[in-house]
Amino acid sequence: MSALFAPGFFSSSPVHSALVAGAVVALASGSIGVLTVIRGQSFAGHALGDVGTAGGSAAFLLDVSPLWGYLVAAVAAAGAMELLGVRRARGRDVATGIVLGAALGLSALLLYLGTTSSTTTGATVTILFGSLFAVSSSIVPLVAGLGGGGLLVVALLYRPLLLSSVDEELAAAGGVNVALVGTVFLVVMGLGVALTSLVVGTVLSTALLIGPAATALRLTRRPGRAMLAAGAIGLGATWLGVLLAYDSYAWPPYHHGWPVSFFVVTLIFLAYVVTDAVAWSRSRRALRPAPELEAAG
Amino acid sequence: MFASFMTDTWLAATIVAVIAGVVGFFVVLRGSSFVAHAVPKSAFAGAAGAALVGVSTLAGLGVFALLGALTIGWLGRRGRHDVVTALSIVLMLGMGALFLSWSSEYAAETYALLFGQILGVSRSDVVVTAVLAAVTLLAVAVLFRPLLLSSTMPEVAEAHGVSRTRVELAFLVLVALVTTTAVPVVGTLLMFSLMVGPAAAARALSRRPSVAIGLAVAIALATVWGSIAAAFVTNWPIGFFVGTFAAFAFVAARVASATARHRQRPPAAAGLALEPS
Repeated sequence: MSALFAPGFFSSSPVHSALVAGAVVALASGSIGVLTVIRGQSFAGHALGDVGTAGGSAAFLLDVSPLWGYLVAAVAAAGAMELLGVRRARGRDVATGIVLGAALGLSALLLYLGTTSSTTTGATVTILFGSLFAVSSSIVPLVAGLGGGGLLVVALLYRPLLLSSVDEELAAAGGVNVALVGTVFLVVMGLGVALTSLVVGTVLSTALLIGPAATALRLTRRPGRAMLAAGAIGLGATWLGVLLAYDSYAWPPYHHGWPVSFFVVTLIFLAYVVTDAVAWSRSRRALRPAPELEAAG
Repeated sequence: MFASFMTDTWLAATIVAVIAGVVGFFVVLRGSSFVAHAVPKSAFAGAAGAALVGVSTLAGLGVFALLGALTIGWLGRRGRHDVVTALSIVLMLGMGALFLSWSSEYAAETYALLFGQILGVSRSDVVVTAVLAAVTLLAVAVLFRPLLLSSTMPEVAEAHGVSRTRVELAFLVLVALVTTTAVPVVGTLLMFSLMVGPAAAARALSRRPSVAIGLAVAIALATVWGSIAAAFVTNWPIGFFVGTFAAFAFVAARVASATARHRQRPPAAAGLALEPS
C-alpha cells in the first residue's frame, strides 16, 4: 500500500484541496467539453485558455486570486470573438486567431510588468503551467460554486444547445435563438476554461477541456452518456495525476517532484490514444463504413 | 536602435517576417490558424528540453516542431482535426512543463522563449534563419500550385491526383520549418500572430493569391519593424507589439475593405493606409 500511496498522502492538506478542486473541475469541464467538441470549437476553447494567461498575469499584478483574472479575461474574449464573427464558420478560425494573438501580446506585457515590479519570478511558470498543489483551501468553495453554476447553465440549456450544435437551421426553425445560445455557451466555456486553468495552468487547460470529452465521444455517441464518461475520465486522470505527482517526490532526477500538470495531461493523452485505437480496430472488425467513424470525432 | 549590435536582430526579423507572410497566406486560406498556433507551441517544449540536455535551442525547436506537426498529421488521419490538434499541443506542452521543472534555467529564459527577445540574436542565428527561410521559400515555390488548389478546391485537386493527406502533411512540415526559423526572435506564442494577422488582413484586401501574398509580406514586415523599434524605445517585450500591431492591421484592413466595398472603389486603393506603425 505504501508503495502506491507515499506516506502522508491522505493527511496532507494541499492534497485534500487538490483532490476536491480537481474533482469539481473535472466534472464541470467534462460536460462543457463534450459540447465544445460536438460544436467543433476546440480552437476557441484553447484560445480562451491562452487569453486567460493575460487575465492571470493581470491578477498577479493586482495581487488578487488568478481565478478572477482567468474568468474576466475569458468572458471578455468570448465577447470579442462573438463580435468578430466567430459564429460564421468561415470567419471563425481567423476571428479566434486574431483575438488570441492580441491577447498573447497583452500577456507578454503584463507578465513582463509583473516580473519587473516584484521580486518573485515564478509567476510566468505558475500561471502558464499551474499547480494543483498551489490551490489554497479558501478558494475551493468558490471553485465548487462556479463549477456547479456552469453545470446548471448546461443543464438548463441542454436541448437548445445540442440542437443548435447539430443543426443550426433546424434549431432556428424550432424557435431556438441560435445567436443567444451560442453566446451563452461561449461564456460558459470561458468559465470552464478558467476553472481548468486553475488546475493545470492556462496553456494546458485545453487538455482537461477537450481530452476527456474527445475520448468519451469515441466510446459513445450519446451526448448525455458522453458527458458522464468525460467527467469520469477527467476525474480519474486528475486524481491519478495528483497521486503520481505526490509520489514523484521520491523519483529521479532531482527529488523535488514532477509537475502535476504533466501527469494529468499525459494520462489524458494516453486515454485518448488507447480509446482511439480500440474504437478503430473494433470498427474495422465490424466493417462499419468509415464516414460514420469520422463524425464521431 | 540601428547600432551594430542590433543589425543581426533587424536581419533575422526581416527574414522571419517575409516567410511568415508567405506561409501565413496558406494558413489563412486553409483555415489552419489552430495548427499555426499548435506547432510553435509544441516547439516550446523542444527548447526547454534542449536547454536540459545542453544542445542548441534551435535543434530542440526544430525536432519538436516537426514532432508536433507529425503527431497532428498522424492522429488527424482519423478523428477530428481540431480535437487532435488540441491534444497534440497539450501533450507537447506537458512535456515542456516537465522539462522546465527539471532544468535550472531562470524564469526569464522561459519568458524569452515564449514571448521573444530582441537582443539575443547572434550572427550564427541569422545564418541558420536565412538557410531555413530559403528552404521554406523553395518548398512553397515547388508546392505552390497543389497547395493552392487543395486549399481552395479540395475535390478538384483530388481529381487531378493531388492527395489531400499528402498536401496536408507537406503543409504541416512547412509550418514546422517556419516555426523553427522564427521562434528565437519573436517567441513561440507570437510567431502565430505574425502568421495569422498580416495574412488575414491581406486576404481582406485582395482575393488574388499573388497580390495577397505580397500584401501579407508587406504588412508582416511593417509589423515586425514597428515592433522592434517600439520594443527598443519602450523596453517593453517585443511580443506585446507584434500581437497588438498584427491584430490592429487585421481590424484596419477589415474596416478599409468594408468602406471600400461601400463606396464601390477597388479595395486596393485603400490598402496603402494600413501599415500599422
